[in-house]
Amino acid sequence: MNVVFDHVTKKFPGRGKNRHDEVIAVDNFDFEIPDGKLVGLLGPSGCGKSTALNLICGLLTPTSGRIFFEDEDVTSLPPEKRGVGMVFQNYALYPHLTVEQNIIFPLQNLKGKDRLTKEEMKKKADETAALVQIEKLMERKPSELSGGQQQRVAIARALVKLPRVLLLDEPLSNLDARLRLQTREEIRRIQLKTGVTTIFVTHDQEEAMSISDLIVVMKDGAIRQIGRPQDIYDDPDDQFVAQFLGTPPINVFEGRIENGHLCIGDEQVLEWTGGTPAEVNIGIRPEGFIVDENGPFTCDLNSVEVMGRDVSVVCEHKKLISAPRVRAVIDADDSPDKDAQKVRFSLKPHKVLVFDRESGARIRPEQ
Amino acid sequence: MENRNYKGYLYLIPAVVFLGIFLVYPLFDVFIYSFEEGYNFASQTHRGIGFYNYGYVLRDPYFLQALRNTLILVIITVPLSTILALMLSVALSSIPVLKDLFQTIFFLPYVTNTLAVGLVFMIMFRKTPYSDGLMNLLLGVFGMSPVDFIDGPYAAKMFVLCFYTIWIVLPFKILILTSALAGVDEHLYSAARIDGTSKARIFFRITLPMISPMIFYLVITGFIGAFKAYSDAVAIFGINLNSAGMNTIVGYVYDMLYGDSGGYPSYASAAAVLLFIIVLTITVINLLVSRKHVHYS
Amino acid sequence: MEQNAVTNRISVPDRILKILTWAFLIFWGILVLFPFYWMILTSIKSYGSYNAEYVPLFYASDPTFANYAEAFSAVPLAKYFLNTIIFTVVTTALMLGVITLAAFAFARLSFPGKDLIFLLFLSLMMIPGELVVITNFVTITDWGMRNSFQGLILPSVTSVFYIYLLKENFEQIPANLYYAAKVDGTSDLKYLFRVLCPICRPTLVTVTILKVIECWNSYVWPRLITDDANFFLVSNGIQEIRENGFGRENIPAMMAAVVVISIPLIILFLAFRKKIMAGVARGGLKG
Repeated sequence: MNVVFDHVTKKFPGRGKNRHDEVIAVDNFDFEIPDGKLVGLLGPSGCGKSTALNLICGLLTPTSGRIFFEDEDVTSLPPEKRGVGMVFQNYALYPHLTVEQNIIFPLQNLKGKDRLTKEEMKKKADETAALVQIEKLMERKPSELSGGQQQRVAIARALVKLPRVLLLDEPLSNLDARLRLQTREEIRRIQLKTGVTTIFVTHDQEEAMSISDLIVVMKDGAIRQIGRPQDIYDDPDDQFVAQFLGTPPINVFEGRIENGHLCIGDEQVLEWTGGTPAEVNIGIRPEGFIVDENGPFTCDLNSVEVMGRDVSVVCEHKKLISAPRVRAVIDADDSPDKDAQKVRFSLKPHKVLVFDRESGARIRPEQ
Repeated sequence: MENRNYKGYLYLIPAVVFLGIFLVYPLFDVFIYSFEEGYNFASQTHRGIGFYNYGYVLRDPYFLQALRNTLILVIITVPLSTILALMLSVALSSIPVLKDLFQTIFFLPYVTNTLAVGLVFMIMFRKTPYSDGLMNLLLGVFGMSPVDFIDGPYAAKMFVLCFYTIWIVLPFKILILTSALAGVDEHLYSAARIDGTSKARIFFRITLPMISPMIFYLVITGFIGAFKAYSDAVAIFGINLNSAGMNTIVGYVYDMLYGDSGGYPSYASAAAVLLFIIVLTITVINLLVSRKHVHYS
Repeated sequence: MEQNAVTNRISVPDRILKILTWAFLIFWGILVLFPFYWMILTSIKSYGSYNAEYVPLFYASDPTFANYAEAFSAVPLAKYFLNTIIFTVVTTALMLGVITLAAFAFARLSFPGKDLIFLLFLSLMMIPGELVVITNFVTITDWGMRNSFQGLILPSVTSVFYIYLLKENFEQIPANLYYAAKVDGTSDLKYLFRVLCPICRPTLVTVTILKVIECWNSYVWPRLITDDANFFLVSNGIQEIRENGFGRENIPAMMAAVVVISIPLIILFLAFRKKIMAGVARGGLKG
């Protein structure tokens, strides 16, 4: 089932001193989440992604605009009538109930013809528990489970009533690093197996990139870009998106377009087709550098960090504005001389991104 | 820590001295008193050791009356005040505005002088030859004939005592329950709502179990407090509770110790020990029952 | 249209529930406030008009403050007041000293048997006051301290519960602070009063307020230990007024006295509302 935002805006009244200023948490959302996909809502904290999630599940109602599930307008439907399953950031498991009772809980709310017998409920709970692989924990209380197990129980509880949409709020943020890797693959597996449209919120770009079919990048309540993870990474629409995605992050320099070249400082670092001369910001992905004795781009070498297969070449450049140091990721075989003062690079053209100095909008080369 | 010395004892001396004289020694002494037969206050001598004092107290019609009054008071006020406090706390937690105002008002009885306000209740409820009083005015609206609540039928007197007791104990219970309710994770309610749980089911299946430790705490302290009722009764019916027929166990203890019928610390001790045994028994029963029904996180 | 989205949600049963909720809250609010209203109202009715009302009036036809003058002149209300203040101040001050020292010992000092002693202290919390009051009565009588401030004050200058409360608070202050002070050559006592107490002031204030309320309202012990009106506290004074009155039964004057002794605590409560409620919620003493 697809989820459609039709010009949705959500404002909150200000608090305390700013009582009269409204806070716009979600600003004119207008997009469609396709059926059966795993979608990541990605953005820094306070960007309105959790608000968007709460709008879908019905805990919040939009100030204006409408929300559709398929053709059904659910804008004013209360959460219980929407048929959504939600996994909360802290899991919100009922601490006084066992795992099994937690999973059965939503089923016990069904009334009328949907009502299930005890055996049917038990069967469904067992099936769902098997899906997330917690069959052996059914008699335990949530406090006796690890974080990862609680997460699975929460997912099972959300899935047991066969929701039309599954919503996950920061699903991995309460887990330690190792469990995170494992769990995100688990979420992917469960999603593929059930085929349910799944939307999750995260501030971690790596998390979103690794498992999503589609990423929605948000900032300050507005959507900045929607697309497949690789597409967004390779071809971002603006500087914010480019800087938000990728580890280590993109290196951004002050530069110019001049005489058919991109210039940083006095050096013409790359040929550039089209574009009028202008002051621009030039972003270079860490993997976009090639160590080259005759390369056009010179940096002051600071250190070389060995990372195994790759090395990280850390340099300084006075035009760099995104971070204190330039970081280039190079194949270990091509590592430059550690004791050199300077290092020269040539650049991979498709790893170099140009942005308008003022607006941050992407400037693409003419074909 | 290697600095193991005895200086710590110095700091404890004042506390130990006071607690020793006024809490620990009396605890043992009261049992001794209760077994000393024919104790004479003036000469501080006694005839023998035995259960005579207990026998005397248990046959004393005033004690039996006090026991009956106390039991009725406990059975009526503990459940009623707990349920009322629960309802008020839930109502209080559900309103978006004026919460602070209501909380402050509801808490007022806690900081008032029991004796002073008891006097106000007395004049509101009593009937004199000159006036039927405020309460009877209200009853008249419903077509009921006037009753003297202070010096009249037993049921009416018991009603006032229970009403005043509830009025006095409610602030504490409301306070404890509202903070317990505020402590329940908001996400649990959201999760339940998304799953289409009805309000009643949310209350009985989530809210109630989550705050059950606090409810249980209130029931236990409520039982203990109600068994020790005394000041409330004095406030409404005056010092001579025996003649008003409204004495409580604690009142009986004090009257035996000091007052018109006083001067018998042995009888007082026996009654106090009996009270202690009753309270202890009830508390243990409560603890056993709660094992099954209370959720501890 | 946009607004509808929100209002649609509130169904009819919900609306009824909402109305019932408010009605219930307001009903109990009135029930709580009414006795206060009635005591103030009665206190400003004149003796004559009060007794003339066969049907009580909800307003005062001729408000007067004469009852307040009567309350202070016909009975020694001022004396009761003074006694209560002396009792409250001395008891609270002594208690603060005793519990601070004990709490500090348990929180920071180390001495043999500390844990065992603390456990014994805690178990003392379970002893009901009613059980020990008999012996205390005999003790104070034997010491010849009936009708004296010593007799009133001494049995209530320690509270195991407050020692516990304060100890918990002291322990939250990093031990390093203590060691740093030791290295600087600060004595234990100086550290306690110059560092620890100022840091833990909020808890000390809470304990003080709760103890003041307890003292102001104490009735049973003073009643046992005093029969000389010169040592009556306000509670006993009120009871004395009730039993023996103003010579004749003067209800308005009685209510004036009730108002006067209720006001200090209500002011204290309104001033320290948050602190008092938080303190009571943490420990609840009025069982």
